[in-house]
Formats: sequence, C-alpha cells, structure tokens
Amino acid sequence: MSLRIVVCVKYVPDAAGDRHFADDLTVDREDADGLLSELDEYAVEQALQIADEADDAEITVLTVGPEDAKDALRKALSMGADKAVHVEDDDLHGTDALGTSLVLAKAIEKTGYDLVVCGMASTDGTMGVLPAMLAERLGVPQVTLLSEVSVEDGTVKGRRDGDAATERLEASLPAVVSVTDQSGEARYPSFKGIMAAKKKPVESLDLSDLDLDADEVGLGGAWSAVDAVTERPARTQGTIVKDEGEGGKQLAAYLAEQKFI
Amino acid sequence: MAEVLVYVDHVDGAVRKPTLELLTLARRIGEPVALALGSGAEATAATLGEHGAVRVLTADAPEFADYHVVPKVDALQAAYDSVSPAAVLLPSSGEAKEIAARLAVRIGSGLITDAVDLEAGDGGPVATQSVFAAAYTTKSRVSKGTPVITVKPNSAAVEASAAAGTVEPLTVSFGDTATGTKVVSREPRESTGRPELTEAAIVVSGGRGVNGAENFSLIEGLADSLGAAVGASRAAVDAGWYPHSNQVGQTGKSVSPQLYIASGISGAIQHRAGMQTSKTIVAINKDSEAPIFDLVDYGVVGDLFDVVPQLTEEVKARKG
Repeated sequence: MSLRIVVCVKYVPDAAGDRHFADDLTVDREDADGLLSELDEYAVEQALQIADEADDAEITVLTVGPEDAKDALRKALSMGADKAVHVEDDDLHGTDALGTSLVLAKAIEKTGYDLVVCGMASTDGTMGVLPAMLAERLGVPQVTLLSEVSVEDGTVKGRRDGDAATERLEASLPAVVSVTDQSGEARYPSFKGIMAAKKKPVESLDLSDLDLDADEVGLGGAWSAVDAVTERPARTQGTIVKDEGEGGKQLAAYLAEQKFI
Repeated sequence: MAEVLVYVDHVDGAVRKPTLELLTLARRIGEPVALALGSGAEATAATLGEHGAVRVLTADAPEFADYHVVPKVDALQAAYDSVSPAAVLLPSSGEAKEIAARLAVRIGSGLITDAVDLEAGDGGPVATQSVFAAAYTTKSRVSKGTPVITVKPNSAAVEASAAAGTVEPLTVSFGDTATGTKVVSREPRESTGRPELTEAAIVVSGGRGVNGAENFSLIEGLADSLGAAVGASRAAVDAGWYPHSNQVGQTGKSVSPQLYIASGISGAIQHRAGMQTSKTIVAINKDSEAPIFDLVDYGVVGDLFDVVPQLTEEVKARKG
C-alpha cells in the first residue's frame, strides 16, 4: 500500500526583507515579499527522501493561508511533491497557533495520512509548537526536532539532538515528525520540476469543507491576543577603532571600563 | 492568593537557572507551585523553596525517561487539574515548548512562547516578546482559558524568597498515547565545563572568519579567560567547524547575555536574530563594512588572529 505523506508548509514574509505589523497587529502579509518558509524546505526534502526509499509513496503538501500562499505550494511541488491542498478562507485571517493546528489537523484527516512531516518552526512566528499540537490533536506519536529521519516497515526512526542529550527515537506509523535545518540541504527545483509543478493538482478547501465554524478560528477566535507592538529602536553604533597593533589592548580597556573584567 | 504552576527543569535534582528565573516571575502573578518530574525530583525542593515555591509536586516513573514528551504532558495535566492555577509557566527549551503546546491543546487554553518578561495585568499575565529578529517588541496575553507561557532564559534576575517548598507526591496516570514514541537510546552531551550558552552572562562567538575548526581554540581561549560560553555562527557550524548545539541565530540558540563578543562574524539577519538583544555587543572583523558593526557598542576593525590573542592575554593580565 502506498505510503501517504503530508508535508505542512507555511508561506511567510521574507526574513531578509522588512517585516511589519498591520493595523490590527497581525503580521502584515500584503506589503511583504512572501515565500515558502526556508525551514519548511527541509521538511519537503526529507519527505522526498523518505518517498524515494518507499516502494510506493505519495506526497501531499498542505498549507493554510491567503491566495499568495499558493506560491509556497508551487515551490514544494516543483521540488517534487505530488499534489497540494490549500486551505483558504477570509475568516482565517488572524488565526493563532492553536487555531492553525485545528485547521491543519482537520485537513490532514480529510486528506488521509500515514506520516505528517513539518519543519522545526516557521521563520516568522518561530514558535515551533505546531508539530506537537498536531500530534496531540491527531492522537498519534510525535517524533520531533530530528536531524536524521527514516521510515522502515511502518516504523519511523530519528535522531534528536537536544540541549542536554542526543536521543534515538522511534514510533509506529501513523505519526507526526518535524525536522531541523541539520537534516540535510534541500534540493533546488529543476527546470523540469518547475514545468511539471504547473500541471500538478492543487485542491482548495474552505472552513465549511473541514466542518469548522468561523468563530473557532481567525483573530476573534484566537486563544491569545497581541495588545501592543513597538519597533525596537535601532542600536546606535558605538566606538569603532582600527587595529594598528593595539586593537586587542584597546578592546580590553573598554571591557575593563564597562566592568566586564 | 492564586497559585501559579511552574514546570521545573532539573538534572538529577540540580535545578537549572531558568527555572529560578521562572519562580521570580511567577511571584509577580501569584504563589508559585512547582512540578518536578523524574529522577531526583524530591531533591529539587530545597532550592525551589528558597526561591518562593510554596509547594513542590513530585512524580517519578520509568515512563518519563523511556518515552518522548507525552508522559510529562500527562503529569503536567495532572498537576494542572490538582492545582487549578492562574497560569502555567515553563522554560523555553525545545522539549518544554512541546509540553506546553500539548497542554494548551488539552485544556483549551491559549499559549505564548518565548516571553522575555512577564507582569501581572488586569486581564491576566502580560508577556513581552521580541519578534521578527528582535526588530519589534510585543505585549501579549492569553484570551481563552488558563495562560500557558514559556519564558526564555535570562529574562529576569533571580531573586531568593523563602517559602515552605513542601514536597507533595503527585499521582499521575498515563494515557494511551504516553508510550507512543520510544526513546531507544540517550547519549548525554559531554560537558565542556563552560557555562550553558543560553544562560551565560558573557558569550564569545566565532564565524566564517575563524576559518577552520582548529582555529576555534582561539575563541575558546578568549571565552575561558572571561568565564564565557562559546557560540558559533551558522556559517561556522555548516562548515563543520563547531557543533550545532553552539549555533547562535534564528535556527540555533537565541542569547541575551550582558556581553556578546562576535569574532569574524559578518552579522547576517540569521545571526542577528539570535543575539541582538544582548546588553553590550562587541565585534572584531577585518571588513569595516560588515553589518555587525551597525549593532556594536565597540568594534575593532582588524584581523581576529591578531586581535583575539592580544585581547585574551590582556584579559588574563588584568585579572591577574
């Protein structure tokens, strides 16, 4: 039987550009250049490698987001995913992590899955909590923050390099995994891949397709609220000296003056 | 007075510093009740009591070490049910954030991660967060259920405050999903004898300019002269010069020490995201145009192979 892999991806404002908040204190997604979150490219890559090792596998890439989020799906399809699901609904604006995990879990169940693959975090919200929330909502094992992952005979195995220890983890499928940026460089889409992606199916779903009500999601349904946003004052440049043989000593004098020595 | 549940990070009974910071912040909201799990849980009580924990709930079972994350969520939920706290606070480690996430789903509560400050507010605790690579500061609160909040290391100065710290064994029954993910093996990270990167008062980091794994001994030498932790930029880690566990930046650790010294680091957004809330920033770089110099309180334009050894010697001499 075919191994059904669902990769959850996010369309985010480019971290290298200027990122702003909109008037309602949500992330401004209109005036920013968006792209597939870099950390999700690692998830797509590992899904492709797992699919290559399996006898038969199908990769669905899934996102929740506005119209432009299709760009993130196209990128994943051009890397080699087979099909895409786009959950898009005006009522989703302002949905927080708990709400997003609810929507994703419903969409994953509707799509059908043996393995869900996520990145370690998004590059905009950077919470890193969605994979754990998905596992909780789906009632399946979580095998997360992996720098190495493989699937054999219905078991997913991985290496987690934690703060205090390196652990080897394993669980039976179905399961949710997340992979870090240490899991292996993501491939670039080939020209052939980019052309093929244009013909791959992208299914659109709205809240009613997922049996969800508008008040369960969106800014109004969010479990948390941002009350204030302030731009951090730019750091002002202090003293710059050119090393002319005494640079280390000058720096030491500064550190002593600041009471660090 | 309302109670605040604090999840304890400890190693065989030795409480890690971020937990003491949590207790300090928790006292602004209510009376801290601590939850310590696993081997050595009861041994945490003395330290936790000295820092304001009125009660210390403890549980130990093989499941905590043998299975991934979920047994600890079951225990935290049992503590939550027993205490009915005003808020639940956890450290912002990879594992504790996952525990927090699952608890929030289970109890239908909002979640705030990576707070850098916490204060009492009319509508519940108000968390300060630093977002978009620290370009913005936000104030947030949980609007549904009991706030579940994870707090970054170095977010508060630890203050002692004596309380009873009474040990109370907690009864935990594990659910069906607790044994879903097996921990097949665990290799503790070798101790370097240096401070923990995220907790250190001083961090010395090396980047592309260090130009080789063997040259990191220069960075380590400077770090040791100052009693500092060692960090590395993504470029240095990707090149295989230093372990990923020491990476400072968006996909590594985010640090906020009193002093950050960047050597041979250009200061790409990836890196700045992890260090620009440091109190004092110092950089050494050959390229006077390197963006890191925009952030510094003091910068030396020069070759780190000249400047770093001279600085290390001078620090040693001044410290006598």
